[in-house]
Amino acid sequence: MLPGLVTAAAVALLALLTFGVSQQNDASSIDSQVAHGKFPAAPNARQALPLLSGHGTASLADFRGKVVVLNVFASWCDPCKAEAPILAKEQPILAKHNATLVGVTYKDLSSATEQFDRQYHLSYPVLRDVSGSFVSSFGATGVPETFVINRKGQIQALQRFPVTAKWLNETLPRILEEKS
Amino acid sequence: MSRGRVVTLALSLAVALGPVAASRAATAPKASYLDVVNDVMCVVCHEPLGVAQSPEAYQERDYIRQLIAQGKTRKEIENDLVQQYGPAVLSRPPAHGVNLLVYIIPPVVLVLGIVTLAIFLPRWRRRARDAGPPSAAKGKPLDAGDAKRLNDELGRYA
Repeated sequence: MLPGLVTAAAVALLALLTFGVSQQNDASSIDSQVAHGKFPAAPNARQALPLLSGHGTASLADFRGKVVVLNVFASWCDPCKAEAPILAKEQPILAKHNATLVGVTYKDLSSATEQFDRQYHLSYPVLRDVSGSFVSSFGATGVPETFVINRKGQIQALQRFPVTAKWLNETLPRILEEKS
Repeated sequence: MSRGRVVTLALSLAVALGPVAASRAATAPKASYLDVVNDVMCVVCHEPLGVAQSPEAYQERDYIRQLIAQGKTRKEIENDLVQQYGPAVLSRPPAHGVNLLVYIIPPVVLVLGIVTLAIFLPRWRRRARDAGPPSAAKGKPLDAGDAKRLNDELGRYA
């Protein structure tokens, strides 16, 4: 009886280990798909996240048909501070092309994000991912990270580091030109 | 000073200082900073907040100081932190869902280990006893020549 019990316990532990490993998101798979021109659908597009303003929620699905530049950031992150003015400047240009920036903040205080929002005059929606599950599905492990989602809801470009004006200028025009 | 004046003065003081005392009571610290930081994690560097040095850790510690200054209890502060940073901020995960396994598996493994030893240890001892002394001791006794050589060798170390 006991050997059976020990075997059962070993199998259970193995199953738990397999479950744990399977829960890990493989960022490299998104990156390599994008690099090979196979644009994966943006994960968790219907997951509603609270808006930083505290009034309601929004999900990626709400922006379907628009190009979405999804920027994952936190107020305490210095590289995020460096790229914030570039993104703030980009938003009016995107708005003219049926596109928008969407900020997602995690591992951050709402009050500190609000202050960041005011300081850099961010005019685009900012969502809070308190559990981190949404950004984790994109393979995000740090901040800042930026994903460009085309009009079909697919990730067409990404930057795991701070974006630059040069990167935006080189990346966005061809995606903005595409019809849904 | 007449008794009436003393009473009037005491009443005036009570009225003047009452709100101050009440506000002091409301904002008096109800949690120890060290207790809280030792119980929560830096959500970025995954280290105990008390020793973490990331920019996020500084922000988290400042926030805890503010909450303590507001007179919040340790439980209220932890709830507040979970609302801001998610359950990963707690050093001890909440006991529900998959996290429950963290609390169940170690005692189960311990009990299984004890039961295994309790069952098998007497069997192993019995088997060892039945098998008799180790094989080397069971061998033939040394002949006179070998015994002399052994004694000579040992004698060198005496």
